[in-house]
Amino acid sequence: MTVQADPPARSGTMGHVAYVLRENPVTALSFALFAFFLGSALFGPMLVPYDPLATEAAIALQPPSAAHWFGTDSLGRDVFSRVIVATRLDLVISVAAVALSFVVGSVLGAVAGYRGGWTDIILNRVLDTIMAFPLFVLAMGIVAALGNSVANIIYATAIINVPFYARLVRAEVNIRREAGFTQAAKLAGNSDARVVAFHIFPNALPPMMVQVSLNLGWAILNAAGLSFIGLGVRPPTPEWGIMVAEGANFIVSGEWWLALFPGLWLMLAVFTFNLMGDGLRDIVDPRRRT
Amino acid sequence: MAGRWTAVGLRIAQSVPVVLGVVVISFLLTRALPGDPAVQFAGAAATPESIEQVRASLGLDKPLLQQFLIYCGDLLQGDLGQSVSTGRPVAEELASRLPASLELTLTALILSCAIAIPLGVLAATRPGSWVDQLCRLLVTAGVSLPTFFTGIVLIYVFYYLLGIAPSPLGRLDFIYLEPDPVTGFFLVDSALMGDWETWLGTLKQLILPAITLALFTLAPIARMTRAAMLAALSADYIRTARAAGLGRGKVLYGYAFRNALLPVVTTLGMVFSFVLGANVLVEKVFAWPGIGSYAVEALVVSDYAAVQGFVLCMALLFVLLNLAIDLAYSVIDPRFGTEAK
Amino acid sequence: MLSIKDLKVGFRTRRGEVEAVKGISFELAKGERLGIVGESGSGKSVTSYALMRILDAGGRIKAGEAVYSGVDLRRASERSMKALRGREISMIFQNPRAALNPIRKVGHQIEDVLRQHARATRADARQKAIAALEAVKIRDAEARYEAYPFELSGGMCQRVVIAIALACDPKLLIADEPTTGLDITTQKAVMDLVDDLVRARGMSSILITHDLGLAAQYCDRIVVMKDGAIVEAGAPGALFVRPSHAYTRKLVDATPRRGATLRSLLPEGERTALAPHRVSDDPLLEVRGLTKTYAGKSGPVHAVKRFDLTVRQGESVGLVGESGCGKSTTSAMLVRLMDASAGEILFRGTDLAAIPAAEFARHPLRPKIQMVFQDATDSLNPRHSARQSIAEPLKRMTGLSGAALTARVEELARLTGLPAHLLDRFPHQLSGGQKARVGIARAIAPEPDFLILDEPTAALDVSIQAVVLNLLADLRARLGMSYLFVSHDLNVVRLLCDRVVVMKGGEIVEVGPAERVMNDPASEYTRALLSAAPQAPAPATSASQAPAPATSTPQAPSAATPPAA
Repeated sequence: MTVQADPPARSGTMGHVAYVLRENPVTALSFALFAFFLGSALFGPMLVPYDPLATEAAIALQPPSAAHWFGTDSLGRDVFSRVIVATRLDLVISVAAVALSFVVGSVLGAVAGYRGGWTDIILNRVLDTIMAFPLFVLAMGIVAALGNSVANIIYATAIINVPFYARLVRAEVNIRREAGFTQAAKLAGNSDARVVAFHIFPNALPPMMVQVSLNLGWAILNAAGLSFIGLGVRPPTPEWGIMVAEGANFIVSGEWWLALFPGLWLMLAVFTFNLMGDGLRDIVDPRRRT
Repeated sequence: MAGRWTAVGLRIAQSVPVVLGVVVISFLLTRALPGDPAVQFAGAAATPESIEQVRASLGLDKPLLQQFLIYCGDLLQGDLGQSVSTGRPVAEELASRLPASLELTLTALILSCAIAIPLGVLAATRPGSWVDQLCRLLVTAGVSLPTFFTGIVLIYVFYYLLGIAPSPLGRLDFIYLEPDPVTGFFLVDSALMGDWETWLGTLKQLILPAITLALFTLAPIARMTRAAMLAALSADYIRTARAAGLGRGKVLYGYAFRNALLPVVTTLGMVFSFVLGANVLVEKVFAWPGIGSYAVEALVVSDYAAVQGFVLCMALLFVLLNLAIDLAYSVIDPRFGTEAK
Repeated sequence: MLSIKDLKVGFRTRRGEVEAVKGISFELAKGERLGIVGESGSGKSVTSYALMRILDAGGRIKAGEAVYSGVDLRRASERSMKALRGREISMIFQNPRAALNPIRKVGHQIEDVLRQHARATRADARQKAIAALEAVKIRDAEARYEAYPFELSGGMCQRVVIAIALACDPKLLIADEPTTGLDITTQKAVMDLVDDLVRARGMSSILITHDLGLAAQYCDRIVVMKDGAIVEAGAPGALFVRPSHAYTRKLVDATPRRGATLRSLLPEGERTALAPHRVSDDPLLEVRGLTKTYAGKSGPVHAVKRFDLTVRQGESVGLVGESGCGKSTTSAMLVRLMDASAGEILFRGTDLAAIPAAEFARHPLRPKIQMVFQDATDSLNPRHSARQSIAEPLKRMTGLSGAALTARVEELARLTGLPAHLLDRFPHQLSGGQKARVGIARAIAPEPDFLILDEPTAALDVSIQAVVLNLLADLRARLGMSYLFVSHDLNVVRLLCDRVVVMKGGEIVEVGPAERVMNDPASEYTRALLSAAPQAPAPATSASQAPAPATSTPQAPSAATPPAA
């Protein structure tokens, strides 16, 4: 992603990162957890002990054991293998949705924030209308209308996230529109487009990095929530939301492992992204440390 | 202050285009159904004749603009179409189920505000203390909780393991009689009747789903309260107040907290959005007979009129809540409407 | 009354404790008006916060003692401090608008203090608060009682802050940069008010300021601070005329005053001869009827009305006025960042006003008109190093690249006195003066003929201001540029400019040669501006010299006074 490709703006950045990580082991932990999830997504399907789709009625609903670490589900599938394999799908959905909304939101927000006037008013009205829906409900409506598919989950999640980026970029661009360095860039012979793209926008990146990390977690929650109520991903595809939904039916009879492990993994993934957000913000803005 | 009343009137007028936008989007969602909407609306057991009949009755053979006007006309008459699965008008079903959803949502919100705001204030006034650490942990953990998962864990612990919670099936155990509907809120209605046994039964059913929702909304409110309070405490006017010898209580609550409340109230709008969305999931987990579970049931049987009616209903509710928040804001902030926000 | 001995104040930071005040001692007698003068970072404000015990988190009094009327301010309990604050010692602050609670009526804020110190009951609080507002000469106090801070002007807000501070008749008033950010005429009104009230009530006062002239005018005794220590103390007259410490001397020299020359602002050893700048008779820029109108709520608002000006080649013109007078709008139009509503801007005969500002970036005349911005921090892109900032206009407009570009950037750094090893630093790693140099280097990079200086020294300490003004004069002599120097401070403008334009309410009220406007102002407004500016007494060495014109007159360029050293 472009965010990570951005070169460190200050020579003291590395020292500051080291300071933040040392001072705040929680942040270090979150980066380690992120590496773990990335590994699961990339290599998980090759490494898991069982085929996540293979059913075996004889060993249905077995509690966790040495052979099946997270137990088996009602069809005798290995829960551990399914949880690990699901990482890829959940990460792909959230990363794709966030990337899409990042790009679209940035462009819309930058144009509106810089041009102002009618462009700004119209964009704001459109964003207001999108934000007028409770976002998860809008996502439900969109997926229900467009049809049950992974791609539509991505689109729905992207659409409900666009306003966040557009507003953030708009605000960041707007406060810098009249800044001295913006005017200096114009005096240096830069066209308006160049001023926005190369002088103003890069300065909006730090707060956006935090938003990206928070939104990744939120996008996973959103996708899992949609699957939980039967939208989007369909069984038997392993996905955390569906697995929790399937496990929910067995919770009242005491088979806790079906819902617990996918739920824990989901929680851990969101937790990781949120912690990273705090860490990134601490790195970007040392004033927030009290 | 005449300017302020104008600003309030302007704010109310501003929700008109938003409502219009909401209606347009819901209309587009209805017409963007995959394949032939007529087939979808006609249901699974449709014959070619019945599909044509549905097409004509829905007005799908007319131009899009005309369809939109018909849609608006229907809306104005409170007509959201017929539910395929139950055969009853969608509007009627939503209206009968709305109080259940509202009772759950409001209880959860009150619960989370009652915990989150004091927590955020304490954390901000004692930075680095254990309260601050607790707040930080709760804030990060809270937003990471998938509501449907916390709900399930709570059911497992309090119903299956400890057996102190009633079975997670609806608003009231079948051993009680539903109170006479006055407000539709069981807690209020049973209290009005003086039927405290039913009141307790209602509370027992309500407590787990309300906690589930509250846990989820705790985080953003506590986080914002803490940040706003910290910002307010470092403001120049706090220094002035301290230099003038004002007492700690006056400085903290009279000066800092009232200013800190402004961004918190603004955040509530976002929190409502979260809570209304999470509501759907929690209702499904606890079989709560609100509009959320109605929508989920409708989704399962591809009852699109019901789903779209639900989306529109939620959006209108949310617009109304946002309006209420902004009006509350105008009461607290004397600057309301005098400068660009 | 107040006695401070060897006071040390420290702040916890991540690099350990930093000492902001390093053992200062001074005494304050009853009825005395003390001034604490120092540049930014000298520890002057921290000292006052320490006395009130309202230091920010992490700050504490490390050592020494501070005794007020027998009360040990370091060891007193929080409860007794609370009783002291507002009733015995009060404080007023800079940035008055922020110093008031934005969502509480100002009358209630005064009542809070009165009630806290039991000076009023519920019944008579309102009446006493109104009396307090009247005491600070707020007209129509009854109506103002109901106002919120955002409804009042900056000067009015400061009066309310003063009313809060004086509501309970304290014996000592600490004023921390009370007029920073206020216009010069408002500054005078506020300072006169404070002075009158303090004298009338027989109070003591401490004025904390960066402005030696202000302190000299309103204080009986001045303490000069540098890096957390007191370097000199004494009566203003003696301090100015015969400063004993080198730092005080530097500060006194650098303070612009009547009769000073550019070079005399510098420390004595650095006063080299100032090369003359040549002014030709050919007009470089002719502005005719320049107007900017905005659509306001109640009809059009004229930010600038029919502005006429001719700037000759090599000439420097000052544009002076208070905030909101239209000087910034005018300069934005002249530098082609803003479109004019009407009028023409003839630059060597080409009407620039006819070219939309949005297209001017690619115009061949773009390099010829450049600008140095007011706030060096705000005008440098935080993500660009000094080298990138200076290279940007060269890359875009001269097509230089590679070694030629590097060489040119380094040459510009040399010209502006920026050490080459600082070129790869980012703005936040540079000092205010260094950032100002980067801003100037960037502006002169494309070899402009016309340079607009928009308050280039407003954010700088006086000693740095002196250096930057001299640098600008040297560059002008060397490169032959014309300047339009925009400023609120006539004393500073006079030093650098041949002619001065005074603006008020979007219109020109006076134009004339700098010396004539200073010595014999034609308009009432210019006279008010001049009399409002605090006047520092001249130091001994400068006073003994014959006052010489700072710069040449337009027709007859002449060398400035030869340096004494």
